[in-house]
Amino acid sequence: MSTGNMNLTLKVWRQKNNNAKGALVDYKLADISPDMSFLEMFDVLNEQLINKGEEPVVFDHDCREGICGMCSMFINGRPHGPKDLVTTCQLHMRSFKDGDTIVVEPWRAAAFPVVKDLTVDRSAFDRVIAAGGFISVNTGNAQDANNLPIPKMQADAAFEAAACIGCGACVATCKNASAMLFVSAKISQLALLPQGQPERYRRVQSMVAQMDAEGFGNCTNTGACEAECPKGISLENIARMNRDFASAKFISEETV
Amino acid sequence: MSGFGNAFSSSIGKKFIMGITGLFLILFLIVHCGINALIFISDGGLTFNIGAHFMATNWAIRAGEVVLFIGLLVHIFQALRLTLQNQKARPVKYAVNDGKANSKWYSRSMGLLGTLLLIFLVVHLKDFWVVSRFTGIPTVDANGHEDLYAVMKEKFQDPVRVVVYILAMFSLCYHLLHGFASAFQTLGWNHSKYNGIIKGAGVWYSIIISILFAAMPIAVYFGLIQ
Repeated sequence: MSTGNMNLTLKVWRQKNNNAKGALVDYKLADISPDMSFLEMFDVLNEQLINKGEEPVVFDHDCREGICGMCSMFINGRPHGPKDLVTTCQLHMRSFKDGDTIVVEPWRAAAFPVVKDLTVDRSAFDRVIAAGGFISVNTGNAQDANNLPIPKMQADAAFEAAACIGCGACVATCKNASAMLFVSAKISQLALLPQGQPERYRRVQSMVAQMDAEGFGNCTNTGACEAECPKGISLENIARMNRDFASAKFISEETV
Repeated sequence: MSGFGNAFSSSIGKKFIMGITGLFLILFLIVHCGINALIFISDGGLTFNIGAHFMATNWAIRAGEVVLFIGLLVHIFQALRLTLQNQKARPVKYAVNDGKANSKWYSRSMGLLGTLLLIFLVVHLKDFWVVSRFTGIPTVDANGHEDLYAVMKEKFQDPVRVVVYILAMFSLCYHLLHGFASAFQTLGWNHSKYNGIIKGAGVWYSIIISILFAAMPIAVYFGLIQ
C-alpha cells in the first residue's frame, strides 16, 4: 500500500477490433494518486494518449459505483484485480505499490468476443436471460406486500443470488470459461421464490440450453468463480441449478 | 426437446456422467483397497489369496468387473470430451493468470492427474490383472489357491516399480481430494447440514485410501509383512 503518489508501468491489451491481432502495449504513468480508482487511473492514461494524438484505450464502465456490472478488466491475472468482493471501478490505486507493473487484459472467452481493447461483447448473457430468466405475470395493480409468505431463509438466499450484476468475472476467471455461476444465480433468484415456480423447470432447461449454445465451457468445480465474484455469489447456486436440471429432465413430466 | 431430450448431452448432463462414474470408481477403490489390505494380516498371504480367489471366480464380481471397465472408460472418454470443449471455450489464453489466488492447484489439474493415473493403470493392470486373469499365476498357496501374494512380493522387489506406485498414489490422492466433493456438488447434493460431512469424508477418504495403497509396495519391499 502506498501513501504518496506513485509511478507505474501498465501493460494494456490493445486490439483494434475483433478481427485484428492484439498485443500488450507498455505505458508509463507518473504521479498517480493512491486515492484514484483504477478506472480514474485509466482516465488519466487516456487523457495523456489523446493529448499525444494517440487512440485512447477503450474499456467498459458505467455507474462506477460497483453495481452496474459494466467494468470488466482482468488485472494481474484476476478479474477486477487483487481485492475480493469489489469491481474494477471500486478498486483503488492504494492497492498497488509505487513501481508496480500492472497487466490489464480483457475477459477471455469464446462467448465474449473482444470488441476493442479491453471491451468485450457480453450479449451472450443477455440471450441466456432472454431464454428464460424471467417470470410471466399479468400487468395491473401490484399485489399487497407479504401476500405470499416466504420463509426468511428462502428470501435471503434469493436476494443473495439476485445480487449478481452480470459482469462476467466468473466466466473470465474460470479455467473453462464456464458461465455456470452466472446462469445458476439467475435461475436461483427465481427458483427460490413462489413467483418463479410455474416456469421453474422449463426455465432451467431453456437457460442451460442457451448457455451451451453460446459456447461457454463446462464447470469443473474449482470454485474460482465464487472466489472472484465481486458480489460473493455462492457455488450453492450451481448445485441448485444442477438439481433443478436433473428434476426437470428425469422427474418432471413436462417437456420443453 | 422431448422426453429426456438433451439430458446427457448438455453441459450439466455431461458433468452428471463424470460425477456418477467418479462416485462409482470411488466405491470400487474401497473394495479394492479393503481386499488388498488383507496382506497386512501377515499370514503369508493366505487370507489375501482367499479374497483374490473369490474376486477372480465369483460370477457377480466378474460381471461387476465389466461394469467397472465400462465406468472407467466412460469417465475417461467424457473427461476428454469435456476438456476439449473447455479449451475451445477460451481460444485466446491470458498473458497473466493468477489461478492460485482463487482455487487449489489440484482442482485445476484434474486432467493431468487423471492422465498420470491412466498411465499408471496400464502398468498396474499389466503387473497384476493380466497375470491373474490371462497369463496365469504360477504357484499355489497352502490352501491350494492361486498365490497372487507371491506375485505381489516378486513384483515389489523392483525399487523402480515401488517408486512408480508411490508417485501414482500422490496423483490418486489429489485427484480424489477434488473429485470426491466435486461429484457431490455436480450432482446437486449440496446441503448446508451435510456439506461439512461430505468435505470431511472426502479428505479422509482420499488420504486413507492413498496411504493404504502406497503402504503395500513399501511394506512388501522392506519385508515388513511376512
